[in-house]
Parts: sequence; C-alpha cells; structure tokens
Amino acid sequence: MSPVTIAFLIILVMTVAGYFIGKSRALHAAGATNERLHSLPSQHAAYLALWVGIPGIMLLLVWLLLQETTIQNIVFAAIPGTLTDGLTDAQRALLISEIVNVHHGRVFQAPRPEVVEGARHYGALVSTAGTALIAAIVAICCAGMSWGWSRIKVHFRARHGVERIMSGFMILCSMIAIFTTIGIVLSLVFETIRFFQMVPVHEFLFGLRWEPQIALRADQVAGQGAFGAVPVFTGTLLIATISLCVAVPIGLFAAIYLVEFADDRVRNVVKPAMELLAGIPTVVYGFFAVLVVSPVLVQAGGAVGLDLPPTLSLVAGLVMGIMIIPFISSMSDDAITAVPRSLKDGSLAMGATKGETITKVLLPAALPGIVGGVLLAASKTLGETMIVVMAAGLIANLTFNPLEGVTTVTVQIVAMLTGDTEFDNPKTLSGFALGFVLFLATLMLNIAALSIVRKYREQYD
Amino acid sequence: MTEAQVEMKTRMDNEANNVKFSTRGVHVFYGDKEALKGVDLDINNNEVTALIGPSGCGKSTYLRCLNRMNDTVDSARVTGSILLDGADVYDRKVDVVQLRARVGMVFQKPNPFPKSIYDNIVYGPRIHGLASTKTEFDEIVETSLKKAGLWNEVKDRLDSGGTSLSGGQQQRLCIARAIAVSPEVILMDEPCSALDPIATARVEELIDELRENYAIVIVTHSMQQAARVSQRTAFFHIGEIVEHGNTEQIFTNPREERTRDYITGRFG
Repeated sequence: MSPVTIAFLIILVMTVAGYFIGKSRALHAAGATNERLHSLPSQHAAYLALWVGIPGIMLLLVWLLLQETTIQNIVFAAIPGTLTDGLTDAQRALLISEIVNVHHGRVFQAPRPEVVEGARHYGALVSTAGTALIAAIVAICCAGMSWGWSRIKVHFRARHGVERIMSGFMILCSMIAIFTTIGIVLSLVFETIRFFQMVPVHEFLFGLRWEPQIALRADQVAGQGAFGAVPVFTGTLLIATISLCVAVPIGLFAAIYLVEFADDRVRNVVKPAMELLAGIPTVVYGFFAVLVVSPVLVQAGGAVGLDLPPTLSLVAGLVMGIMIIPFISSMSDDAITAVPRSLKDGSLAMGATKGETITKVLLPAALPGIVGGVLLAASKTLGETMIVVMAAGLIANLTFNPLEGVTTVTVQIVAMLTGDTEFDNPKTLSGFALGFVLFLATLMLNIAALSIVRKYREQYD
Repeated sequence: MTEAQVEMKTRMDNEANNVKFSTRGVHVFYGDKEALKGVDLDINNNEVTALIGPSGCGKSTYLRCLNRMNDTVDSARVTGSILLDGADVYDRKVDVVQLRARVGMVFQKPNPFPKSIYDNIVYGPRIHGLASTKTEFDEIVETSLKKAGLWNEVKDRLDSGGTSLSGGQQQRLCIARAIAVSPEVILMDEPCSALDPIATARVEELIDELRENYAIVIVTHSMQQAARVSQRTAFFHIGEIVEHGNTEQIFTNPREERTRDYITGRFG
C-alpha cells in the first residue's frame, strides 16, 4: 500500500472514531451535569468528526500537490553543479524525468553515475516523505480531535457549528466553478496577448485574408501567412445564421403545436423524442451531414446544373439547425406555458379564435422568453465544433453564399491546435485569439439572453 | 286577429324580448363527474342576475356554459338546452367566436393583456373588425372607458401598460375591454374577489349602471354583494338550483330551508 492510501485510510478511521468519541463525550457531559444537551448527540459527534476529517483531507491534498516538486527540487539541487550549469528549462525537465524513470526501474540505456546517484537520493526522499506524511496526518487528526473534544460541553452549540462548517464547504464548492472560469479566461487572455505581440490587433480584426499555414520550422516550405480573421468570423456568422433560420421557425412552431394543439398522447411521444435530439453527440450529427445531407445536396445541385463543392456551409448550417431545434422548442415551450391561463381565457372570452389568441396574446407575452432561448441557441451555434469540423471546409472564404465552403472559428481553432504544435508562433497562438473572440461573443449573447429572460420573469410577479 | 289574440301576442313578444338566456335541463360533466345536474334558469335583459352558493356548487360552471368557455376544458361535456334569444348556443351551426362577442366575460382575477391600456380596449374591436379608422377606434376606447368609469383616471396615459394599473382599475379595464365589442350579455365570475372594499364598491356601482344596457350575470361569494347589486338571485347547491327568484324575496323570505340556512350563514 502506498503511503497516500494508508494516510487516507487513517483519516477515514479517525473520522469515524471521532464520531463515536464525540457522541460518548456529549452523552457523558450531559449525564454528569444532568442537564439537557443544547444539540443532539449526533450533532456533537458530527462536529468532532468534521474537525478530524477536514484538516486531515486538506493536509493530504496540499501534501500531494507539493511533494513531487519539492523532492525534485531537492534532488536537482544535490546534483553536482558541473552537470546542471547552463541547462535550459527543457533540458532540466529531461534530466529530472530521467532520474525519476531510473528510480522506477525504467532504464533504456546504462544511466550516468550522477543520474543513478540522483535516483537513489530521490528514492530515499520519497520513502522519507511517505513516513512524514503518515506522521503529519496522524498528528493533525489528533490535534483536530483534541480541539473538538475540548469544545464539546452541555451548552455547546454543535448544531450551529456543524451548519457553519457545512456552509463553508458549500462556499468552497461554488468558488471552484468561479475560479475555473477565471482561470480559463486568464489562460486565454495571456496567450491572446502573446499572439497580438506578433500580429497587430487591427490586422487580426479587420484583415480580409486568413492564411495561417506558415512554417513551423525554418526549413519548412510554406506560405507567408496572413491573419485577417474577418473571413473566419463571417463564415461562423453565415453558418450560425443558416442554422437559426432552420431552427427558429421549426422549433417555435413545434413548441406552439405541442403547447396549444397536441393532445396529451401526442405530446407524451413527441416531446421526449425531440429532447432525444439534444442528447445525440454532435459528432454523430457530423456523420449525418457528411454521409447523407451533403451527397443529397450535391446530387440535387447537379440535377439543376449547379456544381457544388462537398463542403457546403449550407450542409453544416442545416444539420446544426436540426441540432438546436430541441433547445429552441423547449425554451419556447416553457415561455408559452408560463403565460398565465387567465390571459388566454381572457382572449378567448373576447371571441378571439385560437390562432388569434396565440399570435396576439400568447406569443407577445412569451416573446422575451423565446428571444432568450434563441440567443442561447445562437451562442451554442457559434461555439459548436464537431459538425462544422466534419461538414464545413477549412478554407477561409469571404462569402455569404451558402453554396460555397466556408470555415468557422471553432474549425480554425481545431486546425491550429491539434497535431504537432509549438506555442511560440502566431499560427498556434492565433487559435487562442480566435477562442478569445468566440468567448467574448458567446458571453455577451448569454448575458443578453439571461437579462431578457429575467426581465420577462418579473412581468407576471 | 281578435283583440285578445293581439294582446296575447304582444305579451309573448314582451316576454320573449325580456328573456335573454333561457336554459333548461343543463347538465355538465367533467369526465365522469356530474358538475351540474339539470339547471333551469332564465336570464333577463336589463337585470343583474346573481348566482350564489357554496364553493364547488356549480355556479361558475353554469356561467361558463353561457359563452361556451367550457369548450376549452377537454373533459367537459354539456347537455340540455341553452337558448340565447331563442337560438341554441350549443347548436353545431353556432360560431363560438360570434357567440363570445355577444356574451362578454369578466374574470375573477383582473387579467389585462400585457399591452397598453389602449390596445387592451381595441383588442376585441380589432379582431372582430368593428372599426377601421383610427378615429373610430379612439371613439370606442373613449366610450368604453367612460362606461367603465375609468376614463378620467387613465385618459392621459392610454399608452402605458394595462398591468401598471391598480387592481380595481385593472378590473374596470377588463370590464371596459368586454364592453368595447358591444356585447348583449356580460358574465362576471366573482369580479370583486381580488379587490379591496373601495374598489369593490366602485365596481358594484358600475355594475348597477351597466344594467341599463346589458343583461348581467354575476357569480359571487358575497351575499351582501348579491343583495346590493342584483334584481334576481339563484341559489346553487351541489350542482342544482335550490331556489331562484326576486332578490328581495330570496333574502327576506326564502321558500327553501337550505336557502335560509345558507343566507343566514349556517353553512357554506
């Protein structure tokens, strides 16, 4: 068993022990003074168990985070200077990984004596660290236990104590989501800034040519490169527009039908079936686009004398439109259902037909919710990747003709950041800049959508 | 024709003219549940008819038969004869849209559309094509709001939202909206139950004024309200009419034991 497993088991055992110790401590305290406990014995017990478990787990996490780097730094510092002087970061990492590999017995050729010495040193440190970890865990758990134990009294408010600890834990969980978002934004921002040090902002934002296939190495033969992102943006907008043109009417009419006209039997079949569409992996939609929609369209085009390329923006847009139908229909469905029945009755009692009631009362009242749904769907189309990777082209083409191939932001990011890449040239970094723009666009759409939906929610309160 | 025959015919005509709705043997089923068990009642012109009775007695159900709003409930089934000016409203030839234009309705909770005051009023006239020019619409808005006693309060802000008014004003807006399509009958389903006493008094006054031009049927939980505004009262109990007649007679000298018990507050 590794020291980490042992340490984890120790924490587990001591937490359980803490629970029972806390319980008996509380009962004893109550029995001794013959008073009623402020909190239930199980709350005292949970309080003590938390005081044992949480410090233990936190220490274990911090230890795991720091152990490897610390040991490696110590080992590296101990290697004679003749070997380490003047190493680049990459060479340093290579040396350390060689030492670690030797330690684990993964030897490909006879290692140098310094490396063998380093590996021995590394092994010694690791085993010391394991012992130290177990000792530290036992110590901190005991400390937590004795602190918690000393707090348990008849009048001690363990009930509130447990609640405070739990709320702290929940705050921590919610923070993780926020910090992750911040981390994503920061990583995007820094790489984007590096990109803009190589390519001017105005060229990226307003340039009309996108030819990022520049040489990665000096000996490669490649184009000069141009990083004008306008064709990429227009391509994205073109495909998003096509897909919304498909999805908004279909989704909206489907929602109206389901809410106002379908009887229960139909609704119980159609609604889950539509929601099934949302569950299909987008790569499967990609197959559908490439294998079915594209050949059909190309053949149909051929029949009327149009010579269509196999990567049409129309295909990607159509299939993506089908993909987002369930989003639009379920948001519209919610919005229409949320319109109070009294409004509908009021309109019908005025002698309006069902259709007049829908177009003149229900839809206007539900419009903000529907718009919110459409904006959310729009931000989904901008960020959708797999369908366009498979069905749209790679060539940046500044056109609004749906019968030509275009490329999108996400396709370009995939093209820039997969395969052999180096993170110090504009070709790769352009992916981050594109990603940053995409992030800003979808963020804005989401904020707009949410504020519209929120405003609309207040209307009936 | 002899003099006697002429007199007879005139009397019948008068009666026919005075009776707006004549309902006989009205049964309503919600699925298997019988909500109305054969109701006979006449609704007269230029009178307020109050329907009273404990909750779930079928008075709202009866009201909603008169403009066929029960059609919107899938499980509802209506039998019996409901004659509006002698024509069966449940006849297959009847256009329910036309019927509801003739029989307006005001609901328990004020339900103005989330549109401007002006658009709320012209909603009905627009869909029924009662006017075509802006002047005509303006005129309808002014007369409807005046009849509903709301004109002076809102004439300077016809463009503001109908939902921005107070509860009592909203209910009067809904009454104005119903009046705007020039109905012959106005049905009111507990129109004051969501209003405070002052707004209630205002609406009751209005109901009394409207009686001059319309037949009004009002469902109410408040016996005082029934006594104040109505000329005729029908007491419903468990899907039947126990007693109906002159309001004064019902409240001062009921014929039935159950009516007396309900009116004196012994149950309900």
